[in-house]
Amino acid sequence: MGSQHTGRRSTAENALRDRLKNGLCEVFANRRCAIGIAILAPIVFTTVLAPVIAPHNPTETHMGAQFAAPGGEFLLGTDHLGRDLLSRVLYGGRSSLVLGFAAAGVSMLVGVPLGLASGYLGGRIDEGVMRLLDMLLSIPSLLLALLIVALLGSSLLNAVLAIAVVYTPRIARVVRSSTLAVKQEEFIKAAEARGESRVYICFGEILPNILSPIIVEGSIRIGFAILIGASLSFLGLGTQPPTPDWGYMISIARDHLWSTTWYWLWPSLWLGLTVFGCNLLGDGLQDVLDPQSHVSKRP
Amino acid sequence: MSKRNHSVVRDEEESLIEVESLTVTYDTPDGDVHALRDISLSLDRGETLGIAGESGSGKSTLALALLDYLDENGRITSGSIRYDGRRIHDLSADELRALRGNRLAHVPQDPNTALNPALRVGEQITETIREHTDKTTRAAQERLYELLETVQIGDAAYTADQYPHELSGGMQQRVLIAMALSCDPDLLILDEPTTGLDVTTQATVLDLVRDLNESFNTTIVLITHDLSVIANTCERAMILYAGEVMETGSVSQVFNSPTHPYTQGLLAAVPRIRDERTMNSVPGRTPALAEIPEGCVFADRCAFSTADCRTAPIDMTAVDADGEAPHRTRCCHWEDAVSDPIEPETVSERTRGETSSDESPLLNASNVTKYFDTPTFLDRISGGNPPVKAVDGVDLSVQRGETLALVGESGCGKSTLGACLVDVLERTSGEITFNGDRLADLRGSARDEFRSNAQIVFQNPHSSLNPRKRIGDQLHRAVTTLTDLDRTARRDRVEELLDHVGLDSTHAARYPHELSGGEKQRVAIARAFAGNPAFVVLDEPVSALDVSVQANILDLLDRLREEYDTSYLFISHDLRVVKHSSDRVAVMYLGQIVEVGSRESVFNPPYHPYTRALLSANPDLDPETDAERIQLDGDVPSARDPPTGCPFHTRCPQYIGEKCDRQEPELTPVETADGDTHHIACHLSADELEDGLEL
Repeated sequence: MGSQHTGRRSTAENALRDRLKNGLCEVFANRRCAIGIAILAPIVFTTVLAPVIAPHNPTETHMGAQFAAPGGEFLLGTDHLGRDLLSRVLYGGRSSLVLGFAAAGVSMLVGVPLGLASGYLGGRIDEGVMRLLDMLLSIPSLLLALLIVALLGSSLLNAVLAIAVVYTPRIARVVRSSTLAVKQEEFIKAAEARGESRVYICFGEILPNILSPIIVEGSIRIGFAILIGASLSFLGLGTQPPTPDWGYMISIARDHLWSTTWYWLWPSLWLGLTVFGCNLLGDGLQDVLDPQSHVSKRP
Repeated sequence: MSKRNHSVVRDEEESLIEVESLTVTYDTPDGDVHALRDISLSLDRGETLGIAGESGSGKSTLALALLDYLDENGRITSGSIRYDGRRIHDLSADELRALRGNRLAHVPQDPNTALNPALRVGEQITETIREHTDKTTRAAQERLYELLETVQIGDAAYTADQYPHELSGGMQQRVLIAMALSCDPDLLILDEPTTGLDVTTQATVLDLVRDLNESFNTTIVLITHDLSVIANTCERAMILYAGEVMETGSVSQVFNSPTHPYTQGLLAAVPRIRDERTMNSVPGRTPALAEIPEGCVFADRCAFSTADCRTAPIDMTAVDADGEAPHRTRCCHWEDAVSDPIEPETVSERTRGETSSDESPLLNASNVTKYFDTPTFLDRISGGNPPVKAVDGVDLSVQRGETLALVGESGCGKSTLGACLVDVLERTSGEITFNGDRLADLRGSARDEFRSNAQIVFQNPHSSLNPRKRIGDQLHRAVTTLTDLDRTARRDRVEELLDHVGLDSTHAARYPHELSGGEKQRVAIARAFAGNPAFVVLDEPVSALDVSVQANILDLLDRLREEYDTSYLFISHDLRVVKHSSDRVAVMYLGQIVEVGSRESVFNPPYHPYTRALLSANPDLDPETDAERIQLDGDVPSARDPPTGCPFHTRCPQYIGEKCDRQEPELTPVETADGDTHHIACHLSADELEDGLEL
């Protein structure tokens, strides 16, 4: 009896392992996913390892070496205070990436259940939730984020909260409309006929079917959240100087747009690549997550 | 090559369309697949050809190939298609466009998606007219009314002003046909024109197709999976299987003396209304295009196959070259098949569940109503829309172990009633008792028990399984919620369920899209039986399936009913299916039951006028019978504003005047010839119901 049990479990474990292995293979076999990962992985990696690999202290000023050209001691050049741009860009990713992932994560954590509940339950709950979210949606996103940060005070955590508040209604809307489409399917009615709980129907039956729009929305939101974060820092409401941040760097570089090229180029490049990588990864994951794409499509 | 020369010599006077050993190939990630192989056909002006095949037989590909309108990854790899002797390949893009618009017309499969939902149907038709002719707006408008009249749309001006969603399925199909006719085509290709329509509507659309052929001499190619549609509409028939022609000839040759085992099998699978014989199914399943067997493509499912069937490709053999049409078959054992044909079995008396009338019914519904869009307080004071009365005061009871069939046209409320009975939909009023307990009083564990005991199987197998979850996981979930079994027992139960519905344990690891329609429906049935239900609502369980597998599913349901001692409410729009799988029948119209009784009593006179119309609308397999159909005028009235008095009086062929308008008839007992009583809601007396119209 016991051996039978372990036998079963080990086959189950094997099956799970195979599933994971196949899943990873598919992610890498998808060209968009692969390129997205190829762009994001080095950025994330070097940002995490910034303290180890950065050649200089990002806040250390080098008098007499202002606006140094790339090469030599300062690989990517220096800024108006003679700080090493490479180190600042590497360190700057920390706040930008944390901001992007945390804000997108928080807005998903709130937006997905809200959208599911609103779409599946319908009726007054739907009306109430959606009108509330519409109110938030009617305020331009940057303005809303500014307002919240202005109320809460400027800090990284408050910036995350502000951006999460801005994006929650958008995610909830996407989730709700996908939910409405899936809700009509007969397998939902079959689950209701079995007497399944509403929570199970939302998370066990509907959620797996709307994962792809959620993941795409989420990954695009990461990119946009980094952009809004950068805008906040640009306006001086996000990360506080002298802590490096891509948005803040671009903001300062604007004053020196005509005297030096690379000052604004590096943070913009890093920021652009991150957003681009997130979007590619999101698009690719959408394909990979659809089980129907696994087998060859019939004509 | 020699074949082609031969045919050119033979056809002195050119036929309208000439297809010579056509092969169509699709590029897929796994390499090339040949969706059609060695298809030859020739059609003269004014001929009607019916092409029949199961899903996956390549019939839609053939339609698209005839229009040279294949998908991007498809191409014609050998053979040719000629119109009036000109190869379609040699035409320039402009010539091809002109040909498609003016000479060939195609009516696509699903009227719901083929019409633009954002434009009025009149605009859509005039746009087509102006695209292909140089008519002025005024002339196009006139042509529009002419066309709508041709397709027998009564109020043309009104209909032209409607949006597609405001029209019924039958009307949408007519509009599409009108659009196809807008440029007087020589050839009209209809792809499944009646699939998804009610029998009554199907009958009128088929009559229209026949009329078009007779009055305008339009050549018609009708593609369908339902052989009975061809029998009374076409002159010639072609049976397609896995991309090859199995048999071709005149309709009477193919239907009355089929020579190919596949044709015989298909014919035996069609449910019959005027025949006591049951339906069989064709064993096995259509091979996937990527794995077409060597030799005869049908050998694996064939009762006559021998080793030499599988060695070399089989050529078409002439069976009867001198008949009304060349009768040819692709079988090397056709003589054996003719001498010992596959025929539907004579029905053995249906084993009926143990029912005794004095026992209390398993389920009893009294005065059940379901209204949608019930007006809110605001609607009421502003005089808004009245509610949609989907189910309007229905009394129904289901005995233990019996199958009660519920039939009616779409929109009559039969699915709504089914959903109300298992409490998936909350009813507006009325009382339902199950096992003697009032449903409204069930709480906690009693309610869970009701859920295990009363289950439902839906119509569309593709949407009733969660596409993102494996079959095994879905069944496991059902077993978990519907039974108290422990962990290991649950897993065994899943395997047992799969076994009971004729699937094996390897299916558990698959996703729904890897299964055929029939297999999916088996899984959906297994899921409903997870908790040993006493009562299952079957909502059109075979309507979405190929004819060849319908019988299989019906057999399975019958077996499960005996094994699990279950009662069914079998909802169907198809009386032919119901005839072989029910003990009692209830006929529903506009939310009300108009006739109910034992199967024999409902299928024999006296009939309710509506039942009589439904019965007469069913197409028959025999090409010679030309039974007069009772044409029902117009569509089912809106359930938002049902007619006063008898709900059927607006369309009733036996309307007797004011009494029908004013007074709602009650279900009253009526005796049949064998002394069997059943209930009919009609003002006519039993004698009047009996005679009048011949069936």
